[in-house]
Amino acid sequence: MSAPAQPAPAPAPQAPPPVETMTVKVNGKTVQVPKTHPDWQGKPQPTTMLQAARCAGVDIPHYCYHDKLPVAGNCRMCLVEFGTPMMDPATRKPVLNEDGSPKIAKSVLPYEPGTPRGAIACATPISPGMEIYADSKATLQMREAVLESLLINHPLDCPICDQAGECKLQEYSVQHGQAGSRFVEAKVHKPKAVDLGPRIVLDDERCVLCTRCIRFSKDIAGDDALGIVNRGSYNTISAFETGKFDNNYTLNTVDLCPVGALTSKDFRFKMRVWFLKESKSVCTSCGTGCNITVGSREGVVHRYEPRENDAVNGPWMCDSGRLNYKWIGRADRLREVLVRGTRSTWSAALQDLTARLSKAPAGSVAVVASARQATEELYLLKKLAAKTGATTDSVAREGEADRLLVAADRNPNSNGARLTGISFTEAGIRIPEIAAAIEAGTVKTLVVFGEDVTKHGIPAATLAKLETLVVSDILPNATTALATHLLPGAAHAEKRGTFVNVKGRLQKFMKAVEAPGDARAEWEFLHELVHGVTGQNGYSTIEGLFNQMAREVPAFAGLEWAKIGDTGVDVKI
Amino acid sequence: MSTKVVDRSPLTFYERTYLPAILGGLKVTAKHFADTVFKGKSVTMQYPEERWVVPEGYRGAPYLVKDQDGATKCVSCQLCEFVCPPKAIRITPPGADGQPADRRNAEKMPKEFEINMLRCIFCGMCQEVCPEEAIFLQKDYSLTGESRTEMVFNKEKLLKLGGTHAGIQKWKHKLEEAEAQETFPVQTR
Repeated sequence: MSAPAQPAPAPAPQAPPPVETMTVKVNGKTVQVPKTHPDWQGKPQPTTMLQAARCAGVDIPHYCYHDKLPVAGNCRMCLVEFGTPMMDPATRKPVLNEDGSPKIAKSVLPYEPGTPRGAIACATPISPGMEIYADSKATLQMREAVLESLLINHPLDCPICDQAGECKLQEYSVQHGQAGSRFVEAKVHKPKAVDLGPRIVLDDERCVLCTRCIRFSKDIAGDDALGIVNRGSYNTISAFETGKFDNNYTLNTVDLCPVGALTSKDFRFKMRVWFLKESKSVCTSCGTGCNITVGSREGVVHRYEPRENDAVNGPWMCDSGRLNYKWIGRADRLREVLVRGTRSTWSAALQDLTARLSKAPAGSVAVVASARQATEELYLLKKLAAKTGATTDSVAREGEADRLLVAADRNPNSNGARLTGISFTEAGIRIPEIAAAIEAGTVKTLVVFGEDVTKHGIPAATLAKLETLVVSDILPNATTALATHLLPGAAHAEKRGTFVNVKGRLQKFMKAVEAPGDARAEWEFLHELVHGVTGQNGYSTIEGLFNQMAREVPAFAGLEWAKIGDTGVDVKI
Repeated sequence: MSTKVVDRSPLTFYERTYLPAILGGLKVTAKHFADTVFKGKSVTMQYPEERWVVPEGYRGAPYLVKDQDGATKCVSCQLCEFVCPPKAIRITPPGADGQPADRRNAEKMPKEFEINMLRCIFCGMCQEVCPEEAIFLQKDYSLTGESRTEMVFNKEKLLKLGGTHAGIQKWKHKLEEAEAQETFPVQTR
């Protein structure tokens, strides 16, 4: 299990106790700000005016600046007027006003002292006593002028632009723009709908040349594929080879693009962003567990977007994980409870199962769970297995790790399976044992959750020897076809729960859409089944269930659902 | 705001007999009776054979319009769907592989556009919000159907009912401007 190398090692949240601070004034408000801030690589760098303003709760508009990218300072949107304390050149002492406060020298043009001279807040370090005027008349004027110049050649095709609704150009235009354009000449036209790569479309007319995508590709993704070609007004973003911008992180440039220049082919013309309900979730494509926002409308998942979590994925996620959502809405999803091929109800099926499992002699039951299930579900399965004396295991799923985010372990919750006792140090080592026991006739009941075991060591011929095959899954496969009791389950976007990633980060995911048909969250019906079989009372809410698990599983000791937070907590693995 | 004090003096004895009000009403009835019988001027209309002349600016049912070249103006921006107070509008966007717009350069047009005329309240917000001048409240005020599904007008029906609205054709002009820049020296207006 190799842990993925993080691009930007997250700075430790608890910096050494005495943080060196500096006093500056932002919009007349005195604030103490740290002398340094982590740069895109996490190294401490002198605090900039933009970061100082942020400490004071003032957001300075910007396009090219991004916390996790090298500073370029090319969009000029963050220009602000500022002043520094006046110093007497002879005595090297601050010049004071009559009331004793330090006299501030505003930055002005050298040969035109009446005109304020702004500085880009994203790249100008602060100095003690500095005053930043983020909403002065001069600052607003500079901002307006920069925006006007950025809009000179902008095509204003918001009605057909996928970025509309989450576009910084739109947002700042509302805040700082003018209603009309003073530009009467013909706009410069550039290529539209350029096929940049298999997942990216580029509209050069909309581009503000902030170079965020270039910096990301070069410095974060390590694929120096993008650049700016042509001169002056004809500057265009271009890929090294058109159509070949295809690394596994290209879609992050779509998130980074502050305007609608880079758009996703997958999300292209699919839904306007203002209709999307955003639910906090976790990606299930590998063990990294990137934090995501699921965008859904009326029960249909339309996209995944990364959600910033410096302890896990920073602001990024890989393309393969991001596009791995279409199975949720597949038409052939399992939606009916089937008992021996005939449609049944949850209550009838669970009653039947309760009776069977309660009567099953010890050792005649085996459980194959999935490390794609929520930790709570694995915990309930373990309880069920403990009562029936069942052998348990989960299926290992290995792939190739990359240097950024993708982990070799392709299960999102291998550690959850381990910590709850479902699987052992190496997942899947007990499956041959289970298969042999079925063949030998000692195991007569097999409980399979979320895995096609015919592909993982228990062939269909072996399954046929079982008296009872309880299968819960989301999509049909060879194992669900053989099930005596088929219980339709819910995708992670259809329920709540937690995963423990490869590094031991326990993270919760939220429900975005409803499960189709009769399908239910596995922990819901497992709770009923466990209650029936063990006779112990449980919790019918995820909060109660998690808290119960935290009390019983040593690794989760002291945790509470309400205290996990949106970015998760570290547990000992 | 200035206030107006309304005269609420008590009724006189004569008024309390209600005779003046009854006679006043009878006078109106008699006038219309005389007008209809002797002058042939009727105040009612033989609806639906006779129809009222709909005034300009009337806000009837919203329909989609085509431009002077016969192309669909709607680009599926879904602002009308968003703004519609009774949620009568439902647009299916084309998606990445959908049919491209039937005019060059606009890139996008709706795959399906439905207005549920039973829900529509003829408020005109869709027309107001439309950035493409593609939807207009027109003069139809009496929509009937035999079923609820029949009252959900689809894109084809809306475009047929809407007719043509000559507009500025911004996408066409943008394309012409871009094409002019392909030649050298660049032609400017």
